[in-house]
Amino acid sequence: MSRSQLDNLATERLVGIARKWYRQMAGGEIPSISLPTRTKQNIAYDDETEVWKYGNRESTRSAGTAKSALHLLKMAWVIWFLKNQISENRSSTLRELYYISEGWKKAKFQAQDESNFLIEDLEILTDMQREAFHLRPEEDGATIFGPLRLKELTRRGARDIHCQDDVGEAGYQIPTNVENIELLDHDAQFVIAIETGGMYARLIENGFDSEFRAILVHLKGQPARSTRRILNRINDQFGIPVVVFTDGDPWSYRIYASIAYGAIKSAHISDLLATPKAQFIGVQPSDIRDYNLPSDHLNEKDIAALKSELTDPRFSSDYWKEQIGLQLTLNLKSEQQAFAARGLDFVTKEYLPARLSVMGVL
Amino acid sequence: MGVSLAEELARQQRSISVAEFFERNKHLLGFDSPTRGIITTIKEAVDNALDACEEARILPDIYIGIRRQSGDVFRIVVEDNGPGIVSRQIPFVFGKLLYGSRFHQIRQSRGQQGIGISAAVLYAQLTTGVPTVVISRTGPDRPAVRVEIQIDVGTNEPDIVSQQEIEWDRTHGTRVQIEFRSSLAARKRLVEYLKYTSVVNPHARLRLELDDETILFDRVSDEVITCPQAIKPHPHGIEIGQLRRMLIPAKEHLEDFLSNHFSRVGARTAREICTRAGLPGNRDAGSLSPKEQKRLIEAMQEVKVPAPPVAQCLSPIGEELIIRSLEKEFQIDFVRARTRPGSVFSGHPFIIEAAIGYGGKLPADGNAQILRFANRVPLMYQQGACAITQAIAGMSWKNYSIPQAGLPTGQLLILVHVASTNVPFTSESKDAVAGIPEIEREIVLALQDLGRDLKLFLSRRDRNRLQEDRAQAVCAILPDLAAKVAEIVEEPIPNISYIEGRVMRRLVARKRIDSGTVVIELVNYTAQPATLSLYSISPDAADDARPPPDFVTRLEDEYTKVWQISVGAGESWQTRFTGSGGGTLELRGIDPRQIVVVDQDV
Repeated sequence: MSRSQLDNLATERLVGIARKWYRQMAGGEIPSISLPTRTKQNIAYDDETEVWKYGNRESTRSAGTAKSALHLLKMAWVIWFLKNQISENRSSTLRELYYISEGWKKAKFQAQDESNFLIEDLEILTDMQREAFHLRPEEDGATIFGPLRLKELTRRGARDIHCQDDVGEAGYQIPTNVENIELLDHDAQFVIAIETGGMYARLIENGFDSEFRAILVHLKGQPARSTRRILNRINDQFGIPVVVFTDGDPWSYRIYASIAYGAIKSAHISDLLATPKAQFIGVQPSDIRDYNLPSDHLNEKDIAALKSELTDPRFSSDYWKEQIGLQLTLNLKSEQQAFAARGLDFVTKEYLPARLSVMGVL
Repeated sequence: MGVSLAEELARQQRSISVAEFFERNKHLLGFDSPTRGIITTIKEAVDNALDACEEARILPDIYIGIRRQSGDVFRIVVEDNGPGIVSRQIPFVFGKLLYGSRFHQIRQSRGQQGIGISAAVLYAQLTTGVPTVVISRTGPDRPAVRVEIQIDVGTNEPDIVSQQEIEWDRTHGTRVQIEFRSSLAARKRLVEYLKYTSVVNPHARLRLELDDETILFDRVSDEVITCPQAIKPHPHGIEIGQLRRMLIPAKEHLEDFLSNHFSRVGARTAREICTRAGLPGNRDAGSLSPKEQKRLIEAMQEVKVPAPPVAQCLSPIGEELIIRSLEKEFQIDFVRARTRPGSVFSGHPFIIEAAIGYGGKLPADGNAQILRFANRVPLMYQQGACAITQAIAGMSWKNYSIPQAGLPTGQLLILVHVASTNVPFTSESKDAVAGIPEIEREIVLALQDLGRDLKLFLSRRDRNRLQEDRAQAVCAILPDLAAKVAEIVEEPIPNISYIEGRVMRRLVARKRIDSGTVVIELVNYTAQPATLSLYSISPDAADDARPPPDFVTRLEDEYTKVWQISVGAGESWQTRFTGSGGGTLELRGIDPRQIVVVDQDV
């Protein structure tokens, strides 16, 4: 889809929401919107797309109460703003949107959470991503390093980029709107997504990308939507496996889960962002035991997070139940870089090749 | 050896005077701390003043003065416009513990044991040594008397320091002036005490002068309250000691003694008691042996006797006066009161009165404010130990939409008044009502009744709030939304008056054109049925209107068509006729604020 087609579609869908309200009001009805409820209880596994999406529970907001009427009014102002922004071919960040609302009188946002949430509502209602509304997140995209060639539509024209040959030591920076990228070709066996910058740099320094023909993606902690989207697209378009390499603690498992199954906050666009075939490579709790990795004791929050994961439908597989159970028994957690205790090459020469062959990737 | 020890002990054994006993047990009377002493003193003096005025059928005007003399010495003055005390009684009233006129009477009164004010005199004597000054005058034709009194702690006899006739500007009344060491740390509680006293004594005016500040608690009623009449004891409410005292001077036959000296005992009941006790009815009542007396009292408990007369010996405040007093002293949105019918425990008549206040300026945090009263006297201490508190905590307030954490919480005020000929207190300081099942049951019944009223009030208020919220949404926000949405879709601003009518609960009239047919529709969203005249003035003759207009007049090219319509709450009405629309639509015979007219063919 071309840029202008995408713009037209986004405008059409946004205005469609307003049109529905217009018809409701003209027909003597109180305007309203229906949205799925956004809680852990209302996400369900979709067999067709193999990702977790919102279930059937919906809540209706009708302008019959002051609170909901105000919500609709704010949404109308945002739609009006986005419509103009798209037609003028400009863009803004979520934070800027929050500040822009200063001049909207009654429709002014009280906190940035409120405007972020409202944008997610609009994504759900239009079945489009916020990037289509020319809205950018605050965080900059993560980086890619490896045998991948792509074409990016920049403001100064299209650029062909090879993610090993045409980039610096840090790699290619993923733009916020991945829809502006066209994936051309590759020479990779798999993609490895890495949580920490230290490990990403270690793999580059050790030449892991050329030795094993791997595309390295730096997640920078909890991955931004653009990072998840590009993993989804590489996996979808080239059919090469994706593995996720994180620390061995409950928070890192959530990073994996958001890549593989989608996040609760963005379950409405899970099929665009999630990569259901992504596999977890480590650090597994069993690795802490088997490799006798340097480790820390779990704190109360870690334990609570692990227990909460046991009730999360995304972690209901036998593999995760066993690993989480083991971790609670060990009462230990380790970082990825703990492998350095066995030498700087251990992770690239021994651990990863061994895991990759067990997982059937190599 | 043993003998000499017994003699040794016997030399140490001696009787102690009541005054001496109380000197050592100040806490029993509410003088356990200096801060508390000041409140107890004022409480006793004010109680006496109110009781005296009540008996004399005078509207009480009571002045309370508290002035720091030096350091921690305070001078307390309480002055009333009561009947006064005859000079020979003054020393006994103020200078002898356990002296009182009401101790042996069976009726509702504030002070009962006659310990109160003399305990304050004793307390003053112990802390400063300054004698208490009493001025009293019994009428305009008599002079006022000024007496300085102390108590001889050894003999419990008054010790008159000086006594003289003086000039006094009051025609009748009593003034007592006591000086003792204390502190005003409990100032807030003192003011509260007077405020609460004023609530349950709506006929009294209390004026407090605290150093240089004056606070007035005015009366809300000019009616002198009926002084409760003493009644004879009830057979179920008597103890052996009292019975013995009554029997000793008796000169009648037992049957006559019973029917003459007890309430609700007639000849038949008296005979039944005698039969049950195995005593002949014609026995000389004064001649019963202790064993026979015991049999008699047991029989008296067993025989069925009607409940004692309640109305005569008790004086409840009354629902209306409680409400008026509470409204005067507290700013509240809701207040209701209940006076329960009289009831009896162990032969003692009692009446429970209760009130609930909600909202207004009551504090929103923490427990409900509980105002406890016994015989029109506020109970200020030991809230937790009181049967009133326990009865409140034992109820399920959530049933009445009130949050609860042990006690109910939030902007709530609960008043409970126990009026009885014999209020059962947990201790002599009279701070807490003892747990008597009959009393607790009556408290709960009164509060449950009030709780239902409160719940109704709260649900009505919530409904109004919801309606207000909707009105806010519709009047203030919906027009903005309509304008913004119209801007987005690039259309004219939609007419939302119909939605307004629906949400605002109005009567909505709509006219539209549906392919050559004019449709006029009325929908009554109000809660009341509406009767009105609908005027449609247009070039359409409406010959085929269904239903047809009640009358039609023609003026040049315009037809004025009038329908007389009644639409019930929530119902609608419609007429259709061939035409091209236009013209005007008007409703008459109904408050214009209740209607919304929507003309959709303009």
